[in-house]
Amino acid sequence: MVELTIDGIKTRVSEGTTVLEAASEMGITIPTLCYYHGLSCYGECRVCLVEVVKGDRSSLEASCTLPVEQGQVILTDSEKARKARKVIVELLLASCPNSKTLQDMAANMGINKIRFKIKDRGCILCGRCVRYCKEQMKSGGIGFVGRGTSRRVATAFDVTPEECRNCGGCEWICPVCEKACMAESLIDGLCGGCQNLAPVETCLVCTGCSESVGPQGHRVYK
Amino acid sequence: MVNDYEKVKAIVDRYGGKHASVIAILQDVQSEYHYLPEHALRAVAGQLRLPLIQVCGVATFFKAFSLKPRGEHTVTVCLGTACHVRGAPAVLDEAKRQLGIEPGNTTDDMRFTLETVNCLGACALGPIVVVDDEYQGQMGPRKVKKVLNKYKKTPRDRRHAEIVVSS
Amino acid sequence: MQRLWSAVELEKLRGRILSQRKPEKPCISICGGTGCHAYGCEDIAKAFKNEIKRQGLSKQVELKVTGCHGFCERGPLIVVYPQKIFYQRVSSDDVSEVIAETIIKGNIIDRLLYVDPVSGEKAQFEKDVPFYKRQQRLVFGNNGLIDPTNIEDYLATGGYSALSQVLFNMQPEEVIEEIKKSDLRGRGGGGFPTGRKWESCRNAPSADGIRYVICNADEGDPGAYMDRSLLEGNPHSILEGMVIGAYAMGTHDGYVYVRLEYPLALKNLGIALGQAREYGFIGQNILGSGFDFNVKISRGGGAFICGESTALMASLEGRVGEPRPKHIHTALQGLYGKPTNLNNVETWANVPLIINRGADWYSQIGTDGSKGTKIFSLVGKINNTGLVEVPMGITLREIIYDIGGGIPHGKKFKAVQTGGPSGGCLPESLIDLPVDFDRLTKAGSIMGSGGMIVMDEGTCMVDIARYFVQFLTGESCGKCVPCREGLDRMLDILTDITEGKGKEEDIELLEEIGGVIKEASLCALGGTAPNPVLSTIRYFRDEYEAHVRERRCPAGVCKALITLVIDVEKCTGCQVCARECPQGALSGEKKKPHIIDQEKCIKCGLCHDSCKFDAVIIL
Repeated sequence: MVELTIDGIKTRVSEGTTVLEAASEMGITIPTLCYYHGLSCYGECRVCLVEVVKGDRSSLEASCTLPVEQGQVILTDSEKARKARKVIVELLLASCPNSKTLQDMAANMGINKIRFKIKDRGCILCGRCVRYCKEQMKSGGIGFVGRGTSRRVATAFDVTPEECRNCGGCEWICPVCEKACMAESLIDGLCGGCQNLAPVETCLVCTGCSESVGPQGHRVYK
Repeated sequence: MVNDYEKVKAIVDRYGGKHASVIAILQDVQSEYHYLPEHALRAVAGQLRLPLIQVCGVATFFKAFSLKPRGEHTVTVCLGTACHVRGAPAVLDEAKRQLGIEPGNTTDDMRFTLETVNCLGACALGPIVVVDDEYQGQMGPRKVKKVLNKYKKTPRDRRHAEIVVSS
Repeated sequence: MQRLWSAVELEKLRGRILSQRKPEKPCISICGGTGCHAYGCEDIAKAFKNEIKRQGLSKQVELKVTGCHGFCERGPLIVVYPQKIFYQRVSSDDVSEVIAETIIKGNIIDRLLYVDPVSGEKAQFEKDVPFYKRQQRLVFGNNGLIDPTNIEDYLATGGYSALSQVLFNMQPEEVIEEIKKSDLRGRGGGGFPTGRKWESCRNAPSADGIRYVICNADEGDPGAYMDRSLLEGNPHSILEGMVIGAYAMGTHDGYVYVRLEYPLALKNLGIALGQAREYGFIGQNILGSGFDFNVKISRGGGAFICGESTALMASLEGRVGEPRPKHIHTALQGLYGKPTNLNNVETWANVPLIINRGADWYSQIGTDGSKGTKIFSLVGKINNTGLVEVPMGITLREIIYDIGGGIPHGKKFKAVQTGGPSGGCLPESLIDLPVDFDRLTKAGSIMGSGGMIVMDEGTCMVDIARYFVQFLTGESCGKCVPCREGLDRMLDILTDITEGKGKEEDIELLEEIGGVIKEASLCALGGTAPNPVLSTIRYFRDEYEAHVRERRCPAGVCKALITLVIDVEKCTGCQVCARECPQGALSGEKKKPHIIDQEKCIKCGLCHDSCKFDAVIIL
């Protein structure tokens, strides 16, 4: 067992646990995007950043890939972590403005303006579909091609691969593909409608928010 | 096509069919065809028993690989820092204008492929343009046309032309 | 050639090689580095060969193509032995004269000598040239003496004696202790103490005993080419360093990962490796000591990110070069999950030197925290472009003015960029800064692998920042969001600023997003990528403000913010510019001052470039 401190509370978890899992066991919610329970951890989106304190120095680490260590001191909701997360969600929204998951997240974090140029790529490259296809379906028909800003999720030569069994899992697991925010015009890059008015609670059982958000806001499952 | 398959197989066999050698294998395939044709990528994936998309991922990640047929001359403009401060962007602009293409592309007549490189380490001669294997040092936008004209006149490489036709 | 089976046989062979060498025999040594190669040194070598043959001197005169001598600005370079006469800017036309005058008659050809532009004095020998005078060429110096394709040349300079010393007279722990005592720090950029790195690799548990050593020769920093020159010019020194390291860490397999754009380095390293195997310096039972070590050369695929250690290892395993989180230590879990040690080319080349001359000697050179020498590639707006090896602690001023000969065309020094694309730009106020790992970091830059790009008043710092961000955006692997999207948006903002579309709040936004990219990125590429922007904002904020507030580029670089006009006083009406202009924007009668139609002008600069009278001015 490893003992560590998360947000000032001491906890003991078994070795090999990630900080994200340890926090979740304590009921602390860290926002995530590319993380999906049951798939391998990828560390792409950096939304789950936490502050790791070492003496008088601290650094930010993605909690989904960070293994627990004896004596570790973690802050999941520090000023530094929140600030970085906000910029990251802002960046993600600038490249995928119609994702409701992201719009919700932005609203939760109190982002009120996207300061970057909007370049709708329709994908945040979280790789959930790629990992699902490979790890759960043992198919491996989709993957990443290109690099840098031309990186995208694709099938080989953009045709349906032989390996594909039409399971539809890749669409189902996508945090962007699901019901997109239908607001016609974005204000400062944000969905100007419904949930920007009030912060939305995050459900404990929510699997990436597929619930449509009406004027009353988000239904919260407890 | 059978011939092509054998060719690729010979390359894969040379590396003992190891997954770790996929980059080296693709490099050899590329020097064989001057680019990576689809059938060759399929053959490599098949031989190595790797998902095709994984081979495509490698082929599109590294700059050394091209999935499009390349022109008979490759014009490479060095954009290293030393060349940049000495005026390489103007040279590149002029090369783009002269050839009518963006870097990474090939002219319609398949004569020139325009490329950029991030430093050739011949900084004393900057800005540098390399055409095929010949270095052209101390370039300015004015010299671009002269250099390109020199290569416009050279006859097409016949072997290369055949590949272009067969693909 | 026979294989060597013991230290005694090695010394015997060395004795024989040295006894066959006649130091008094005339020898023409031609610099064959890539710089001189680009100047056409191959043709000169061919011309010498023909001329020597024609004159029937093949037996009396030796011809040698060596590695890079470093003074690339003045290439092609040749040195004539035994007098060691140094000729620069030699062309094929000079060949017969060099043979007739210098080789046969012993006369010096004045016009091929280096003339100091300041004092006007001619230098006969390399050591008299100011460029070489202030250097301390410990690692790099043998390049000019060695034909890299001939292992005997390396043996003649004492090669592989450190290896035999280690194999037969030292325990692995003693080797590590010696490297630790020398305080050698990694030359690839991180500056991590090499001895400690080796120790953790040696002590890392490995169930099957497999460990790897890797030489990182994926030198991707634009404007830096010292590793390449070592690979091309003295490949055995790197291999020797690797075998010593392998012995110290108890590993039997090594890789050299060479950048694809370095064909000559690949060739020479391949030849060297073949010869080292043949002589028994690499392979099974090295020098009869019972120690085995094999090396494989791996060609890079053309990705800057593969200079990052974990991306490099992914690429060696045949995957795309994506880095992994940094909390898994390479020393514990590296290549194929085995303990791995990765060092840069220059670091490996320092190892035989430390063993041969001792850690005590080595640690006398340099400053408190940084020992030894460092090779820098001095490029950009500098008179003497080339590779310089200097002791740590030398000031920027000494490098730029004493060795580099200052800024060309009487222009004013503005900044020096150190550490490659992830480094920083240091302004004139810091020119007396002693160069070592810690001081550069404190000043907001890094040592990096040793690129040193000099900029003058004609360099726009916003444009430079934009250049580096553009470079890194293209080279980012694209895995993590801050690096992929963050750099891309930084590039958007910087492009806007250079195009005169900048907003007042842009500078602060750049600082904010730069800070987040640094903190939140997955690997060191993203972690250092904002440095050029942050350091230029720190030291050259006024230039950013001029772009944003006044829509003006003080250096006259940013196209959208400049206007090309004709100085009517100077224009002679020669019409050269009018012929060059692709837009037909220039008009005017013959022998009368021309004018530029600003509507048509695309600011390509061809007129400025072609005017012999400096009559086209940039406003």
